Amino acid sequence: MASLSTWSPIVLVVAFLILVAVAYFFRSRGEARYKEGTAQTQVFLAGEEAPEPEKRHIRAQNMYWGFFQALKQYYQTTMNAHTGIINDYIIWFTSVVAIAAVIVFIAGMV
Amino acid sequence: MDSLVTHSSILAIAIPLLAAFLTPLASKVGDRARNTVVIGALALAEFLVIILARDIYLNGLHVYTLGAAATDLTIPEHYMVPVRIILEVDAMSVFMGLITTTISLAGAIYSISFLKQETGGDRFYTLLLLLAVGMLGLEFTGDMFNFFVFLEILSISGAALAAFRTRFGDATEGGFKYIVISAVGALVVLFAVGILYAQYNVLSMAALAQAIQYTALDKIALALLVVALAMKLASVPLHMWAPDTYSVAPAGTTPMIYVASQACLYGMFRVLFSLYGVSLDTLAIGWIVIVLGVLSMFVGVTMAVHQSDIKRLMAYHAISQSGYMLLGIGVGLAVLADPQALASYGREAISGGIFHIINNALYKGLLFLTAEALFFSLGTRDLNKMGGMFRNMRYTAIFFIVGALAISGVPPFNGFTSKLMIYESVYNFSPVLAVIAMLVSIVTLASFTKAFQSAFTGPALPQHDNIREVPKPMLIGMGILAIAIVFFSLFPSLVVNTIVTPATDALIDQAGYIGAVMGGA
Amino acid sequence: MTVGLPFNIPFLAVAALISISFIIILTQRNLIKLVMGIVIMQAGVNLFLVSLGYRTGGIVPIFTHAPEGAMVLPVPQALTLTSIVIGVACTALMLSLIVLTYRHTGDTDAEKSRILKG
Repeated sequence: MASLSTWSPIVLVVAFLILVAVAYFFRSRGEARYKEGTAQTQVFLAGEEAPEPEKRHIRAQNMYWGFFQALKQYYQTTMNAHTGIINDYIIWFTSVVAIAAVIVFIAGMV
Repeated sequence: MDSLVTHSSILAIAIPLLAAFLTPLASKVGDRARNTVVIGALALAEFLVIILARDIYLNGLHVYTLGAAATDLTIPEHYMVPVRIILEVDAMSVFMGLITTTISLAGAIYSISFLKQETGGDRFYTLLLLLAVGMLGLEFTGDMFNFFVFLEILSISGAALAAFRTRFGDATEGGFKYIVISAVGALVVLFAVGILYAQYNVLSMAALAQAIQYTALDKIALALLVVALAMKLASVPLHMWAPDTYSVAPAGTTPMIYVASQACLYGMFRVLFSLYGVSLDTLAIGWIVIVLGVLSMFVGVTMAVHQSDIKRLMAYHAISQSGYMLLGIGVGLAVLADPQALASYGREAISGGIFHIINNALYKGLLFLTAEALFFSLGTRDLNKMGGMFRNMRYTAIFFIVGALAISGVPPFNGFTSKLMIYESVYNFSPVLAVIAMLVSIVTLASFTKAFQSAFTGPALPQHDNIREVPKPMLIGMGILAIAIVFFSLFPSLVVNTIVTPATDALIDQAGYIGAVMGGA
Repeated sequence: MTVGLPFNIPFLAVAALISISFIIILTQRNLIKLVMGIVIMQAGVNLFLVSLGYRTGGIVPIFTHAPEGAMVLPVPQALTLTSIVIGVACTALMLSLIVLTYRHTGDTDAEKSRILKG
């Protein structure tokens, strides 16, 4: 297991802590005074009106839209295969037993 | 103390079994008495497994014969084969036993606060203890029929636990699917055990391993056993029951039902390595296991990134991570007959797969518990309705981050270590498999980023203003697993040398397994 | 393995029972018929276990005042008893879950009563 010494977790944790300390130092040099309730604390969307929180938050079903569009055919096939009917689960089981038995017998003869 | 170590294997099974039937009596006294009995029994079982593990790492295999004059008198006088029930615990069995008792303890502590709003808490804890007994019995037994009996015990109690919240329609459906799948799978296992018994007239695994000649009937029994156990451990394409069952199981029991699947994974390796060993056609069977593993990894993670229900997402990730273990150990099985390849990368592949089992149980258990914590606070599992929970549930969010980084294989967490061992050794066998494994790891990180963004980050939604953090017992349950993950991340070499390498050696060493029972024949 | 019955009738019966039960489990959508299929499969596997212990001309395996000659194997009979008890427990659990599913969805069809899919 010689590879573990180069990826030693203690080294990585120490490096991470150093980076956190540097980031905290940069943050502490920022502007500490601001006025609550004015435009300084509101969401900035390039000058447009920010919608309400329910409409602003991106929901789970809308994420990775491009990925799902690219793999649309694959997802349609697999979603149709996952029917939820218990009989289909046993059909899969019987087919895999048959295929495994055939492979084991052929491997024994070769 | 010495006699405690000698009897620890049977006591670790018997004490939770006794406590399971004392729990209804204790709950007549009150809730605190019931919780004390349950947590006490599981903590005692964990202590016994730890001292048994220490004894095995010092002294080798541990054999316990039930009902004999001395516990290592496996073959009585004037007999040629063992005739009593024998528990045979080697380093691999006790490795799985450690995982089982830790996850059961964390799950039982987690469920304390969940049960305050449910009735029938005594029946819940009885079923939870029976599930723990079933898992421990499956891991410690040295006998094929006992294997079937404990498999059925854990299936029935697991299905009853999954369907515990009968006021939800999908809970009863998830439990029903689990018991049908388990009943069919266990009957096929019993049929295969019957075939083996009919040929060799012995049930003990060591005696069968010595006598097996790989005839045509043995090949049929092998195919039936491997595929039935693959269905119980939810590998693709036999996985479709798993998201239904894992998503509806109540708090704290989802990690236990998942570790029950891992116990069936252990059962499959016991059959492949110790029962059949080198008498089977290792390249062909190894490739069957590798193909099951690669399919599980790929289909599991692509279905996971599509889900909107958080527990179904976690369940598909559980299926995908099982694929890593099947891949690593399948590569080890495929080169079992070739001593040079075995020494150079086969052993590391098997070690990586075994190390991944314990890492996976820890971080997958933690993630299931955080998903259940979200359900407890919000009342919904739908990711589309959540948002901005980081403000209200800070500890749950931190545990979620730890679990998500660990499962995606981000250094320095423990998932990275075991995945690195699998990548390096599988690359020597076939580079394509290692590339697929790395791509699956990337998509895993993507889907957890999606889940974290939907549930925890984002603006504060007004309908979630009065959501508070989950109660203390739940945080303690999650904290146990998080501390274990951090410990495994900081000291991986220590863990691998102490726990994983003896398990690998015990799995490959079929002659030692036979010799411990048959007396050096 | 010396089974002297003509044409291995018990094993043919086992094959018939298990095949019929697999066909039932694969095709019947009604959940109660699915459970009936599983019960028939349990019966088939139990018959297989008992019939593989038979020896030609063997007597009941009781030692007290036993006449000379071969005995049938007693171990498969013990295995079958355990298996029957486990089968009863499984069947009871499955049927009670079907009753609860019917209360929630009003249907015992595997396709129409499912809530979880995909």
